[in-house]
Amino acid sequence: MKAMRTLYGPIIDNNPVTLQILGICSALAVTTSLATATIMSVALTAVLLAGSVVISLIRRHIPNSIRLIVQITIIASLVIVTDQIIQAYVFEMSQRLSIFVGLIVTNCLVLGRAEAFAMHNPPGSSALDALGNGLGYSLILLIVGFLRELFGAGTLYGHTVFVTVHDGGWFVPLHLMLLAPSAFFILGLLIWIIRAVRPAQVELAEFEIATEKEGAAR
Amino acid sequence: MIDLFIRSVFAENLVLSFFLGVCTFLAVSKRLETAVGLGIALIVVQTITVPLNFLIFAYLLKPDTWAALGLGAIDLTFLNLIAFIGVIAAMVQILEMVLDRFVPALYRALGIYLPLITVNCAILGGSLFMVERGYDFNESVVFGFGSGVGWALAIMGLAAIRERLNYADIPQGLRGLGMAFIITGLLSMGFTAFAGVGA
Repeated sequence: MKAMRTLYGPIIDNNPVTLQILGICSALAVTTSLATATIMSVALTAVLLAGSVVISLIRRHIPNSIRLIVQITIIASLVIVTDQIIQAYVFEMSQRLSIFVGLIVTNCLVLGRAEAFAMHNPPGSSALDALGNGLGYSLILLIVGFLRELFGAGTLYGHTVFVTVHDGGWFVPLHLMLLAPSAFFILGLLIWIIRAVRPAQVELAEFEIATEKEGAAR
Repeated sequence: MIDLFIRSVFAENLVLSFFLGVCTFLAVSKRLETAVGLGIALIVVQTITVPLNFLIFAYLLKPDTWAALGLGAIDLTFLNLIAFIGVIAAMVQILEMVLDRFVPALYRALGIYLPLITVNCAILGGSLFMVERGYDFNESVVFGFGSGVGWALAIMGLAAIRERLNYADIPQGLRGLGMAFIITGLLSMGFTAFAGVGA
């Protein structure tokens, strides 16, 4: 039961991207097409999973004062390996992902989970936690990538879904969807939807604004 | 050079068009004062680390130097991630000590934000872009400074707007983070409009 909660919790209820604001940095730039979003999701989940397990295995041997350096070094090594694999097997994709695979090193999500969970828990549950967070991150990435590619170019994974006007169809592509601002809008609206369904996540106002009557009484 | 500067501040703004450093960008933009502090810290660190990483990349990691020393062509460029993150962490640490010793007022003003910068994607991203686009030394100085200024400008703008937003009546679910994203999107559209200036 507890294991299930560790795994499924971060997917919607405690989603790393929309609730904890972790790891958005590199996430949004790769969502112009579904294919890049998929590769990025797989890469990040793999690094997160491997990193959490390794750090959890040696957690009793890491001196507290230098734990950040140790964690960063482990993560950076894993990212280098991932980057090399992507360059070796899907070279064209690695060109399109440009620097963003490398940026997984500073992705707050990976370091955040290592520091908050893997340092205090055995490898088994750390792996579940990492997998859950990786899937939560991937879910958001895939939704944003799906919307941007579908409405920006009328395709999914490069296959035509809506035939564009340019090719004699009816669909007028929204070019804004391929530009940076749309990613911010989509994510903002996504957060709105999630919080409309789960009101518990709504942020409290920092202070209440007095009504006119209260203001006059003061 | 001026082209490159304007481009890195506006059209190719790190946070608004490449999404680098969005985590910190959203988390630390609730108050204008802290945003200004973080912005300045980022400009300083970025201006120092990008050229420094250029030197390390060009003279230590590329095969030429090792070949010149008669050690054969050892290509260490795959190590750039580890080297860069190490340089950034060390640089931030040194900067912290130097500021504490010589400019304590600025050190106190920056406070916790200085160490936070180590894990800011904008810094590492700046160095990786420098490699990917093949800038030379002078260009990397200009690019480092320009992209730092662009980031600082964006976070100050967002913080100022968010302070005003406290008085707005926003739908429940959109309050806080959701609205911050929408505003960032609008800011991003505004900055994109400068695309023609640099080119």
